[in-house]
Amino acid sequence: MGQVVLVTGVSRHLGGRMAQMLTRDPQVDRVIGVDVVPPRGDIGRAEFVRADIRNPIIAKVINAADVDTVVHMGVIATPIQAGGRMSMKEINVIGTMQLLAACQKAPTLERLIVKSTSSVYGAGPRDPAMFTEAVEPRHAPISGWAKDSGEVEGYVRGFARRRPDVAVTTLRFANFIGPQVETAMTGYFSLPVVPFVMGYDARLQFIHEDDGLRAIHEATVNDRPGLYNIAGDGILMLSQAIRLAGRPPVPLPLPLVPLTGRGMIKTGLADFSPEQVRFLTYGRGIDTTRMRERLGFEPEYTTKEAFMSFVEARGLNKILSPQRAAAAEQVLASVLTSGGSHD
Amino acid sequence: MTDARIIPISGEAPASTTSSPGTSRGQTAASSGSENNSGRVAGGAAARPRARTRTRAKAEETEAPDPQPAPLPGSDYEKPSWDDKVAGALSFLRRRVTGDYPVDNFGFDPELLDQILMAPFRPLYDKWFRVETRGLENVPDVGGALVVANHSGTIPLDAVMTQLALLDHHPEHRHLRMLGADLVFQSPFIGELARKSGSTLACAPDAKRLLQQGELVGVWPEGFKGIGKPFSERYKLQRFGRGGFVAAALEARVPIIPTAIVGAEEIYPIVGDAKALARLFGLPYVPITPTFPWLGPLGLVPMPSKWIIMFGEPIHTEEFGPEAAEDPMLVFNLTDQVRETIQQQLYRLLVQRRSVFL
Repeated sequence: MGQVVLVTGVSRHLGGRMAQMLTRDPQVDRVIGVDVVPPRGDIGRAEFVRADIRNPIIAKVINAADVDTVVHMGVIATPIQAGGRMSMKEINVIGTMQLLAACQKAPTLERLIVKSTSSVYGAGPRDPAMFTEAVEPRHAPISGWAKDSGEVEGYVRGFARRRPDVAVTTLRFANFIGPQVETAMTGYFSLPVVPFVMGYDARLQFIHEDDGLRAIHEATVNDRPGLYNIAGDGILMLSQAIRLAGRPPVPLPLPLVPLTGRGMIKTGLADFSPEQVRFLTYGRGIDTTRMRERLGFEPEYTTKEAFMSFVEARGLNKILSPQRAAAAEQVLASVLTSGGSHD
Repeated sequence: MTDARIIPISGEAPASTTSSPGTSRGQTAASSGSENNSGRVAGGAAARPRARTRTRAKAEETEAPDPQPAPLPGSDYEKPSWDDKVAGALSFLRRRVTGDYPVDNFGFDPELLDQILMAPFRPLYDKWFRVETRGLENVPDVGGALVVANHSGTIPLDAVMTQLALLDHHPEHRHLRMLGADLVFQSPFIGELARKSGSTLACAPDAKRLLQQGELVGVWPEGFKGIGKPFSERYKLQRFGRGGFVAAALEARVPIIPTAIVGAEEIYPIVGDAKALARLFGLPYVPITPTFPWLGPLGLVPMPSKWIIMFGEPIHTEEFGPEAAEDPMLVFNLTDQVRETIQQQLYRLLVQRRSVFL
């Protein structure tokens, strides 16, 4: 008998694709997708149950279908997606608590996979260059998605303690990026001009959406309990990423940043939460040794390749493209060398 | 991103004034642009001073050192000719503008360091301080090692000069990866430049990570106590932190190279410390020197003292077991040994030195 998998957050892009991907796995018999709103995209052969994980109905769904694997992807990153910070917090934290309460009472449950984020490490000047899973955050996030994710992880740890028979896998992802996924980061790099904090250059890591989904899939069909950082190889500096995206960078002095950030949220231009700003100021690196050695997962895209797949899919670097730069280089070279005064 | 890139370098002859800011290089500091993602210097082999061949359009794929130089149509291929310099500079410029350059996990940008950041310090090194290096053979050609040196001079020019000494004058042109204080990474611009030039935060995980990657790591364990001390205490080593650097070396089992720097003490002699101002701005000290702040910006010109950087004989840590880092007594003893060695080297160099300025 194959697995019966319940996926939360299935109405959003990644959750939907995850459900679809799992239905194609021969090891999986049934995939049940749960969310408060019907899925926008195709979720394949997955069954959709319209349920709010914030209320106990979720327990009935789990018990009725004898679910043995729960993939929790229901933590929302931006208030815009949830319709306000209040309801975002509620979906993230109360929703997770309800889900875990239901899981605890489900005798058939064997595996729990939680999609978390590397933003639980926070970002600041006293951070080590690369966070391993064992390192405690030195600048713990105090707001938004990162704080929610930290609390979610706390409840997941509590659950793991109370149900030692369930294999719990928590995946801390670097920022998702790719041709389709929509995140605060993709919105930021799609701005006509990209503001950054003057005098700082953050180190960024990305995970390609396909790789990220493969990682969750890996953890879903195999028994790999534990906490794992997931990121593509290498890093990009923020300045470098802006250049690769062919966007004009605009330096902002640090004192002006909060004001600008609020203004951009109000106008819906971009989502600049305080911890997003901290991340784009100080950056962060996560160590993925454990991902390789214990999870046995190898991303196909490096950080740079993942970022370029996003840039190319959106056609961002049309104006200042590498081809144009190369052409300009050649023109200049021919002017300077043949017409130059070297002999 | 693992493809090796040869950075355009004008092999001989100071690159006088080329058309672009990219190539004002005097030395043949062939730098290893071949930092791959993990930042490991590939066997120290990548440093190959070599005239930049013509980079063709759409050069991303062909960035690796191709054996067959492709001369420009209509120009003869000579050694580092004007054409090559222009081609190198333009290709450098294009890569910078389009973001097509490698950066390691710590944010180290070797190309930027070698080509741009070090450029203003080279004349200072050669002409102003006339830095003399000794014992460069004590610095291994490959693999991890920990350079520990005395700190002085009000602003950490001694660290920059040591970095430059190893980059330009060590046979393998090694990059010194320095460990800096919190304050460095909190400060705008300074923190950014520190990361790009290969520094990282002085903390145990970073030190260990760099050493295990086979990097040459530099520490100045006196920290602000060292660079901010009054002139009257020159060449007296201050307390050596908590010995964390020794523990890191023991754990990574790499040699410690005690290094003495003479000359940096005299560049900005501190005769007073504006403590109230320092408190106000949260700085460790605000120096008052015979010329600063009295002469305004002119007071920022360092005294042209003659420098000697002496890399001492390595103190080997390989013989201690991997658990040695957990033995505080051993760590303290080794810390003392390193400190004593540097102090003795300093005294010896001071006796040999004829005058501060010659």
